[in-house]
Amino acid sequence: MTEASSSSDTVIARGLRKVFGELVAVDGLDLEIHRGEVFGLLGPNGSGKTTTIRMLCGLMAPTAGTATVVGCDVTTEAEQVRRNIGYMSQRFGLYDDLSVAENLRFYASIYGLAGQRRKDRIAELLRDLGLAPRADQLAGTLSGGWKQRLALACATAHRPAMLFLDEPTAGVDPASRRLFWQWIYELAATGTTILVTTHYMDEAERCQRLAFLSRGHLIAIGTVAEVLAQFHQSSIEDVFIELQRQDEGAVV
Amino acid sequence: MNIMPMLWKELVQLRRDRFTLALMLGIPAIQLALFGYAIQTEVRHLPTVVLDESRTPESRRLVETMRNTGNFDIIEHVRSRAEMADRIESGRANAGLVIPPEFMHDLKRGRTAQAQVVVDAADPLASSAALSGAVLTGRARADALMAGRSGAPPPLEIRVRPWYNPGLQSSVYIVPGIIGVILSLTLVLITSMSIVRERERGTLEQLIVTPIDKTSLMLGKIIPFLLIGYVQITVILLLGRLLFHVPILGSIPLLYVLSFAFIVASLAVGLLMSTLVRSQVQAMQLSFLFLLPNILLSGFMFPRQAMPPFAQWLSAALPLTYFLTILRGVLLKGIGLEHLWFESAVLAGFAVVLVTLSVLRFHKTIE
Repeated sequence: MTEASSSSDTVIARGLRKVFGELVAVDGLDLEIHRGEVFGLLGPNGSGKTTTIRMLCGLMAPTAGTATVVGCDVTTEAEQVRRNIGYMSQRFGLYDDLSVAENLRFYASIYGLAGQRRKDRIAELLRDLGLAPRADQLAGTLSGGWKQRLALACATAHRPAMLFLDEPTAGVDPASRRLFWQWIYELAATGTTILVTTHYMDEAERCQRLAFLSRGHLIAIGTVAEVLAQFHQSSIEDVFIELQRQDEGAVV
Repeated sequence: MNIMPMLWKELVQLRRDRFTLALMLGIPAIQLALFGYAIQTEVRHLPTVVLDESRTPESRRLVETMRNTGNFDIIEHVRSRAEMADRIESGRANAGLVIPPEFMHDLKRGRTAQAQVVVDAADPLASSAALSGAVLTGRARADALMAGRSGAPPPLEIRVRPWYNPGLQSSVYIVPGIIGVILSLTLVLITSMSIVRERERGTLEQLIVTPIDKTSLMLGKIIPFLLIGYVQITVILLLGRLLFHVPILGSIPLLYVLSFAFIVASLAVGLLMSTLVRSQVQAMQLSFLFLLPNILLSGFMFPRQAMPPFAQWLSAALPLTYFLTILRGVLLKGIGLEHLWFESAVLAGFAVVLVTLSVLRFHKTIE
């Protein structure tokens, strides 16, 4: 552990870098995310948000730098990391030809839940997320909002200490988005650390802390109030547009 | 390692995918009917025209002997060589028998009488049937004439006994081969597509962030198709027995045990392919690329003995080559492990190497 971090940090990244051929997708990222925090990662398309998440989840090996997630190194202890995280991408990762309950059962089993414990956990998730009436419906026939709920249920079946959400609300209606954020806060209240990327600025303002990425660089980090004060703007959307303008201007 | 979650998921998906399931069980039946009924390599009843310029009892007897070989159907008596050429050129006849005017005369004078068979040799299989039929006809008549003259039996006779397939029916030879070809076709195709399908739908990415280990993932994918493979073998054996009366001389349990290595090797080939391709379309193309040498070089359609050395080496690199020897050996010859241990060992080697390779090639990352 380095001096700037404490034991209450769930994610610690130091000089994280990812290069695809000529393209530097993420360039020297330093980041700490505290336990139980809802942390927003913002930035335009191609700024390196998804690549950052994928490196932290162990889906991609960093070109350089280190990161620990839930106390485990993402390159050397990837399997240990995987046991302790949940991951939900905008593609949801559901099996269309399995029912709601079957998707849950599959993901719960992979994380080692079995027998009565699995049964209880599935019943609990179905109830909490209002999925019970649709338990036997095939996932492929669900609408976007319901798929999102099921994906969240699958990603949290094993009560992970850390949850990665990569644009979880893309293509979902406002009512479902609001409900989704309620669950996010409930999860955070139980101590789950959450990293979320989004293009919706109203969602960004719900995060406790934010980081802005542009072309692989971290260009701002802090609470919503801190970021607003720092850039003399009245909304996160204005900050976003201003930062992007500055960063692109810097290149030209 | 816990393969149960993956295995359970694959079985539920398979049960729900009625189309694939029907295809996997329907393909053996359809292919069997196609290959068994349509592919007949023994050529009989070649349409034949006769130009009999001798018009004598002896020439008519020669025509009769020729007809009796069963290789020729006399469709027409023509009046000239030009007419005969016309029938063969137009494709109405494949062979023509010419008996010259001096045929009877030569016989009576004790000279060697000559007749000519013209063959359309564009199709080698058909022409070889015509050739052997013609030689047979000549020898049969010559023997009969000799015996008639001297009153003594022919001094030498070779009797050929076709063992294992006395009727020389190609279906008897082809049906055991179909088991191997169908298994290659369906198992390689279906497994090569299954992992790519998860990649395309985004579920592979989700699987990779879970703690599932590679071996469980691979085995969970393979085992359901192992069962399908056995169902296919059983379907083909039953239909082959009922429709084509294919003999089952050897031990069925032995055949099922030896099939295990071949099925696993085929599934592993599919898995290996799925680690090389990026889409289901590519997987399908690669499967067919793999299938072609299997059909052409394994000995399924053409005998390996006839192949040039280079093709024989290629053939030796195909698991199907060894499995065909096992299938035909057990079913048609009734032989056991004492004659098949080499093929069995090679297949087991293929299975181990291919499974290991595909597990090594598969990485739990998405680059």
